[in-house]
Amino acid sequence: MTNLLVIQALNGLQFGILLFLVAAGLTLVFGVMDFINLAHGVQYMVGAYLAVTFTQITGSFFAGLLIALPAAFAFGLLLEFLIFRHLYDRDHLDQVLATFGVILILHEAVKILWGAAPISIAIPEAISGSIPVLGQLRYPLYRLLIIAAGIAVAIGMYVLVQHTRTGMLLRAGASNAPMVSALGVDIRRLFMIIFGLGAMLAGFAGAMVAPILSVEPNMGDGILILTFVVIVIGGIGSIRGAFIAALLVGLVDTLGRSFGPILLKIFLEPAAASQVGRTLTPMLIYILMAAILAVRPAGLFPMRQGS
Amino acid sequence: MAEGAKTATGETRSPRHGLRQVKAAGPACLACLFGLFAALPLATSLGVDPFYLVIATRIMIFGIAALSLDFILGYGAMVSFGHAAFIGIGAYAVGIAASHGVNDFLLQLLFAMAAAAAFGVVTGLISLRTKGVYFIMITLAFGQMAYFLMVSLSAYGGDDGLTLKTRSTLFGQAWLENDLFFYYLVLALLLTCFLLTQAATASRFGRVLRGTRDNAERMNAIGFDPFPYQLTAYVIAGMLAATAGTLLANQAEFVSPAYMTWQRSGELIMMVVVGGMGTLTGGILGAAVFLLLEEFLSSFSQYWKLGLGIILVLIVLHGKGGIHGMFVNMHGMLVNLFSGRDRR
Repeated sequence: MTNLLVIQALNGLQFGILLFLVAAGLTLVFGVMDFINLAHGVQYMVGAYLAVTFTQITGSFFAGLLIALPAAFAFGLLLEFLIFRHLYDRDHLDQVLATFGVILILHEAVKILWGAAPISIAIPEAISGSIPVLGQLRYPLYRLLIIAAGIAVAIGMYVLVQHTRTGMLLRAGASNAPMVSALGVDIRRLFMIIFGLGAMLAGFAGAMVAPILSVEPNMGDGILILTFVVIVIGGIGSIRGAFIAALLVGLVDTLGRSFGPILLKIFLEPAAASQVGRTLTPMLIYILMAAILAVRPAGLFPMRQGS
Repeated sequence: MAEGAKTATGETRSPRHGLRQVKAAGPACLACLFGLFAALPLATSLGVDPFYLVIATRIMIFGIAALSLDFILGYGAMVSFGHAAFIGIGAYAVGIAASHGVNDFLLQLLFAMAAAAAFGVVTGLISLRTKGVYFIMITLAFGQMAYFLMVSLSAYGGDDGLTLKTRSTLFGQAWLENDLFFYYLVLALLLTCFLLTQAATASRFGRVLRGTRDNAERMNAIGFDPFPYQLTAYVIAGMLAATAGTLLANQAEFVSPAYMTWQRSGELIMMVVVGGMGTLTGGILGAAVFLLLEEFLSSFSQYWKLGLGIILVLIVLHGKGGIHGMFVNMHGMLVNLFSGRDRR
């Protein structure tokens, strides 16, 4: 039981870290630009496909990952240049519709280019296998590396946002973008940087999971909804909120799925428990979100106070 | 921006941008629209492919759903991204009742409306506390919640869905099996929903709703608490969408969680905006355009959604007032043309 708990907690942590990588970009784009980007999930998917392709071309996962990152960054900038920058002044409904259109376009484009069938690549030899984490208990090394990479990114983001000039502009932009612009900062360039950065982080998350999940055109949809839940719980625009909420959602979802039915068996017949468990566990995080929003309508770490 | 975050969509941007509300259709246009639907079966009896009757039925069903969404989106500025959940609730009300031997359509409709009202009240109470982007996302999450509930309910088909043995009965008679009867039943319900929502938007209730859409602060200042009005509208819209769901289940004789995916909700928003929001008829037009486009594009290529996406992006970036706006503009141009001739 302890072993299962540790394993599932690590799984939850890894899932949460992944959610954070995608959510960080989304929450920044929301917070600073007040822009709702439904196409953020497909940027995650594109990252995974880029990693697969470059891995196949170069024959090495690390080289593939290294090329996929700037490629994802460039792709984000391209989308920003072609479509998104025309939408910053529009209302949220227009943004929802146009980015929904972008999802449809990229879905089909990926199907045309790579086919609809799931693709998978192998974990590189050097980092496959598992290592002991607690006594005899072993855990896959690759998943531990994902957790480590995610935490490194989180620390990097913290330093960037709190201790650099760009970060200062970012924070200023999040609290009052027109004022920052009036003070002589090129707000359009700041928007572009944020956008590319967000796309790259989502792409990084997609590339990291390429070896452990199947890469398919609709892999971004599920994660998009989950990241929405994450940033709404964390408070839109708050990186710290996104980090905490991502871990919370990852852990609640993973632990709920494995321990929910077990806990229910204490109160219910085994058959009823498994049915109720199967019904309730996928809804758990949405119930969590509804509960948090019912108490705090602007999330755990609201950015815009005074409104 | 701080005040902006308080209105239901956070719309503080200049109304010159984006897709705006357009003038509602006049009585002549309405007679044209519904007359066209009423006369279509005549055309099929004169040799037009009967398949068009099936498509037209589908258009009217989604017309009801889009109309109900327009009621809260166009008049109340509530961008609900989980509206498809209500369609699913209606469809499952038929499926679940039928699997327990209750086949009467009116009874099923009653179940559907009651279930949709219950779901609407609970989700509305929570989501209407939030504003702007939060509202979009929390409705999205509730939609997903309903979707996952039905996916995991293996007693009622789960992921595979439920096949209905027969269509529902009306007063104990299997009238709905007749496609022509079903067509006119759908048309009658579409007309009822239209007249109902039109009356609601024209009433004092509708004026409060529109006032809140335009400026929630001012409505508050003149002594209206928008919340009960918004909640009522949200619940009514959900019940109408559930009506569409009962019809959809009967037409396909199949119920599945696929009816309630978030993509379906996105398509509904698309129908409303493309058709012209805040007009009620726009929803019906949008449903027609969307479904005909789907039919047309999918005959070319399996990648038809690519074309749909491109059209959508172009409409948002360059269109004004949607299809409905185009019609109104054309109508205006024609009027100018003819009145110009008169003067000569």
